[in-house]
Amino acid sequence: MGLLEVKNIGKRFGGLQALDDVTLSVRENTIHAIIGPNGAGKSTLLNVLVGKLIPDTGSVMFDGQSVLGRKPHEINQMGISRVFQTPEIFGELSVMENMLIPCFAKRDGAFRLHAIESIRSEKGLNAQAEQMLSDVNMIDKRHMNAASLSRGDKRRLEMAMCLVQQPKLLLLDEPTAGMARADTNNTIELLRELKSKHDITMVIIEHDMHVVFSLAERITVLAQGTPLVEDIPANIKGHPKVQEAYLGQSAEGATG
Amino acid sequence: MLGLNTKDTRLLLIVIALTLSTPILLQPFAEGTGLAQFNAGYPDLMQRFAIFGIFAIGFNILFGLTGYLSFGHAAFLGVGSYSAVWMFKLLSMNILPGLILAVIVSGLFALLIGFVSLRRSGIYFSILTLAFAQMSFNLAYSVLTPITNGETGLQVTLNDPRILDGVNASPYTNLFGLPMSSSVKLELLGRLFTFNLGYYFCAVIAILAFYLSLRIFRSPFGLMLRAVKCNQQRMSYTGLNARPYTLAAFVISGMYAGLAGGLLAAMDPLAGAERMQWTASGEVVLMTILGGAGTLMGPVLGAGFIKYFENIFSKINDTVLHSWFAFLPDGIEDALVFVVQPFVGKGWQLTLGLVFMLVVVFLPGGLMEGGQRISAWIRRKSRKDDGRADSEHRPGTSPHIAE
Repeated sequence: MGLLEVKNIGKRFGGLQALDDVTLSVRENTIHAIIGPNGAGKSTLLNVLVGKLIPDTGSVMFDGQSVLGRKPHEINQMGISRVFQTPEIFGELSVMENMLIPCFAKRDGAFRLHAIESIRSEKGLNAQAEQMLSDVNMIDKRHMNAASLSRGDKRRLEMAMCLVQQPKLLLLDEPTAGMARADTNNTIELLRELKSKHDITMVIIEHDMHVVFSLAERITVLAQGTPLVEDIPANIKGHPKVQEAYLGQSAEGATG
Repeated sequence: MLGLNTKDTRLLLIVIALTLSTPILLQPFAEGTGLAQFNAGYPDLMQRFAIFGIFAIGFNILFGLTGYLSFGHAAFLGVGSYSAVWMFKLLSMNILPGLILAVIVSGLFALLIGFVSLRRSGIYFSILTLAFAQMSFNLAYSVLTPITNGETGLQVTLNDPRILDGVNASPYTNLFGLPMSSSVKLELLGRLFTFNLGYYFCAVIAILAFYLSLRIFRSPFGLMLRAVKCNQQRMSYTGLNARPYTLAAFVISGMYAGLAGGLLAAMDPLAGAERMQWTASGEVVLMTILGGAGTLMGPVLGAGFIKYFENIFSKINDTVLHSWFAFLPDGIEDALVFVVQPFVGKGWQLTLGLVFMLVVVFLPGGLMEGGQRISAWIRRKSRKDDGRADSEHRPGTSPHIAE
């Protein structure tokens, strides 16, 4: 029994069957990659997992509890965090404030009226946030406005915001999209390091095969809303069905 | 001190000093001179500065921090006034029960309106609050006449029950027997200073209100409200439920508005429905934006600015203008008066509108941004005079939202 059990998920948008009978099992403490050509339904699947979309059929169990029908903040409180394709951070706030918000959310739950206490006096949480910022090498930027960070730093900040909550499951939506190779390698290193430090399960959606094969312990290939194969990376590389899915896409690209 | 860091403590002390010395500061011109009409240190106006300051501080907690623009906050002001006057009629002319009820009732009313309106955001939220406020305004004129006394407005009369007051109790609003209208006048250096009890009561409440908003700004709750403004998506994926945060902010700012309404009634025990009209709601929006939404001091400045305009600028009529330009030849005098006249007196709103446009276009951060730019400019200038490194290589830090 995996940490995350997705069973027979189906989701239709008008005439498009975005997800068709998706079944997936993510084991605890692994990095599980979901790959597939554009339009394969990877992001739709992620949106189902975090409660942004409600599927038409199927079930999602996380840590023994059903995720479906819960609001995004409730799902996060269960222990699922998500890093977005374009970094979602609090642009007008400082880096440190960005870090403190998830710390408060983790400690105080979805809502608490702590209107008189001072943020400054929360020594424990401040230390926790600073520690996490050091872990991602951003401690010297803690007073900067988050909107003025570089794209790579915004990603790192978002990742740190997710990790400081010590989630059981971290969902990463193309964490290296648009990065230079050096930055990509840094991110790979960072994720590896965090994995070893925090005992965390990760689901990564990624186009960059370099990243996928550097990190993933298991890979699911998704095409046209259905999982084709699920296996360890070594077996995926030469798998005929995978070749077909990707070649099929590039052939379409050539003609269209 | 008081759970604040040194910078905030200094700010609070400055606010306290300024508020307490307002009766002196607002009488800069000697009596009998032509400029004396610009003096604003009379009790009625000073009370309004403090009361509308409270109103704007509360509005800023909602609009400045969460970005939810309510166009119906005057409804809470009106509800506060009605509640207070009813307490004056039924219980006592002592203002405390009235104020307490004003805060409670407006808080409950805000809970109701906020619960419905906060299901939407952006323009739809603004329209919903506007609709609710206009509804309250119209109800106060029609169906609710038994409670609001319709167009006449709710007043205290001699034969009200006032069950807590004895036979010889003061017929005026008071604080444990001290009437709000009592003043000490002091003539000094040709200036007449009026120290009014009503003003000082409002001032103390305003300082407390400011202190509370300072604490909210610096609290985790305040941080969450700013997070609502920034990115609600990230907020919900961080495990936070934005709705109760916005609702709490809405109720708190509604209670501030109710307190302001109660104080208005405490200074002058009369409540009319026009206090709830949409123009009154728009006024507090103007105050907050003019002063600087999201800043601590901005809304207070904006409130003072607009109330000053409304009460002082509006008094400059033709006769005053003619006396100003009397030294000029007749033709030029008349021409000048003709040009200036639309902008003053009854036309004060035209000037206010122009000032508002200029501020929004050139100083989106309001008067506070203007102040920051000036102080940055002075600092840069003095640094240059010192002959040290030029500021190009040392850009000033961008203003923090809550400064």
